Amino acid sequence: MGKDQLLSVRDLRKHFAVKGGLFSREVERVHAVDGVSFDIGKGETLGLVGESGCGKSTTGRCILRLIEPSSGEVTFQGADVMRMSGEALRALRRDMQIIFQDPYASLNPRLTVGAIVGEALEIHGLAKSRRELEERVVQLLETVGLQPDHMRRFPHEFSGGQRQRIGIARALAVEPKLIVCDEPVSALDVSIQAQVINLLEDLQEKFSLTYLFIAHDLSVVEHISTRIAVMYLGRVVEIAPSRDLYDTPLHPYTEALLSAVPIPDPTVKRKRIMLQGDVPNPIHPPSGCHFHTRCPIARPDCAQRDPVLRESRPGHWVACHYRG
Amino acid sequence: MAETLLDIRDLKTWFKTDDGMVRAVDGVDLRIDRGETVGVVGESGCGKTVTARSVLKLIDMPPGRFENGQILWQGRDLIPLPAEEMDKIRAREIAIIFQEPMTSLNPVYTVGDQIGEVIRQHENLSKKQARDAAVEMLRLVNIPNPGKRVDDYPHQFSGGMRQRVMIAMAMSCKPKLLIADEPTTALDVTIQAQILELMQEMKERLGMSIMLITHAMGVVAETCQRVVVMYAGKVVEEASVEALFGNPRHPYTQGLIRSIPRVDRGAEQKQRLEAIPGTVPSLLQPPTGCRFAARCKYVMDVCTQAMPPLKEAAPGHFVRCVL
Repeated sequence: MGKDQLLSVRDLRKHFAVKGGLFSREVERVHAVDGVSFDIGKGETLGLVGESGCGKSTTGRCILRLIEPSSGEVTFQGADVMRMSGEALRALRRDMQIIFQDPYASLNPRLTVGAIVGEALEIHGLAKSRRELEERVVQLLETVGLQPDHMRRFPHEFSGGQRQRIGIARALAVEPKLIVCDEPVSALDVSIQAQVINLLEDLQEKFSLTYLFIAHDLSVVEHISTRIAVMYLGRVVEIAPSRDLYDTPLHPYTEALLSAVPIPDPTVKRKRIMLQGDVPNPIHPPSGCHFHTRCPIARPDCAQRDPVLRESRPGHWVACHYRG
Repeated sequence: MAETLLDIRDLKTWFKTDDGMVRAVDGVDLRIDRGETVGVVGESGCGKTVTARSVLKLIDMPPGRFENGQILWQGRDLIPLPAEEMDKIRAREIAIIFQEPMTSLNPVYTVGDQIGEVIRQHENLSKKQARDAAVEMLRLVNIPNPGKRVDDYPHQFSGGMRQRVMIAMAMSCKPKLLIADEPTTALDVTIQAQILELMQEMKERLGMSIMLITHAMGVVAETCQRVVVMYAGKVVEEASVEALFGNPRHPYTQGLIRSIPRVDRGAEQKQRLEAIPGTVPSLLQPPTGCRFAARCKYVMDVCTQAMPPLKEAAPGHFVRCVL
């Protein structure tokens, strides 16, 4: 691990029990996250992409321990996150914040915006007086492009884009080092989406933030990320610098995913790699390489051997037996 | 000249609410010719879905009402049409598919029963024959093992497969027009590609027209011949897909196209996204002038005084802007 690493994740796993039968015994397991490893450097944005059910959101939540991982290591600034409890965990959460997809579901409808943004300041004792608290809240609202008088209003009085700004102000309140952005713009209209993306970029520069940016929209992820990790059925299949991944994708899944993104320009004609069928059920993922059932270049041994993530060229990692 | 199938003229669909009248669709003109795919784009609340549902009269009235306008289907106005006549149009001529197929499929009937029911509405078939026809439709939309899946319930299908079932149901009456309301918005990108390809295939096979309602400019660019851009209940621009993306004239359309990150551009072209400031106006009391004026970077005094007309800036390219 380099000295500039902020976060390091090693072989992270999360299995959810599927219960059934008379005494609600565990009958099956969903392998939501199935051995994920990556590092995030200071000031970097790591994009985590993949389709529904690939485990990207669960990965984000396991890092913050909002969901307890089944196994694996998470190291933040050299400290072992998995062993933390009580005060240490609370202190950690000051450094690591999260922004959710649906800002309405994640904002308490009975609290004013001032109370929502100010809550974390109170919990962490970051304001000495009522007045200082209020000043700080006003400052935070202005930072995210809202008006000071918005602090007396309630979440339902705001549009989707403004609510996401409130969510961002709340995350910024405790001056975090890392923000996990879980589909932060997916619920927004494109013109508003661009406003929020620009805001996140400005804030990153201003406060030297590090982002783990989770999204299914590849064009958004490519735009904002320094590096990108592609997930498929609980595993990372490829990690590379953003531009590198788009220019020369190595994994057949990445390639298909990229070719499926519609380009808003009718003069661009591309060859599309059409994947057959649906993503398999994560309760019974395919053996060997999880992608082999839909892979256009699969060979018989792909169903037997698990591919490992290896560095094919400097900084470009891929988990495929036959590519890279 | 191509035959005009659908011709919407100055349509106003308004909704009465406790806060006043919401002018969801406020004077929309829209034409669809035979065999053509027309995209209707715009952001949440621009009136694109209400326009689409107005065509099939799927709007609850009250609170909704047709304040003005005509919906001419092959020359005949649908607005005054009695319910029985409208049912015939829905069963045989215009079909619709929605964003979330699960909410439009009945969870307690097998998909075979549901497709069969549609087929039996316009063809005199026995139950057995209808089931066979349903299997055939499922095969047509590339559902694997259709003979067995015909007896499955909607929850046993994945999102993409459910949308295929919806398409099978819509296609079973061999419509002349398919209205697709955000058909791929709830789907993953690889599944979206499959569904768009399937729609194209069905279109070619049946020679039908498609009205594609979407907010995704990329989907429009790849599937449509003509595009209508809506903003706050009005059409602001209409053009061929090449003209719209190559030379967008309305500042809103320009903003929409520039605010999308592009994966096909290299790093040297990567720049800050051009966001459109502000938010859409309330449709309770829409501004008197151009509805985009408050967010427009070229705004002038005249823009706030009167609504600019939709004028033909180049052959077939219409724009509602004074510039």
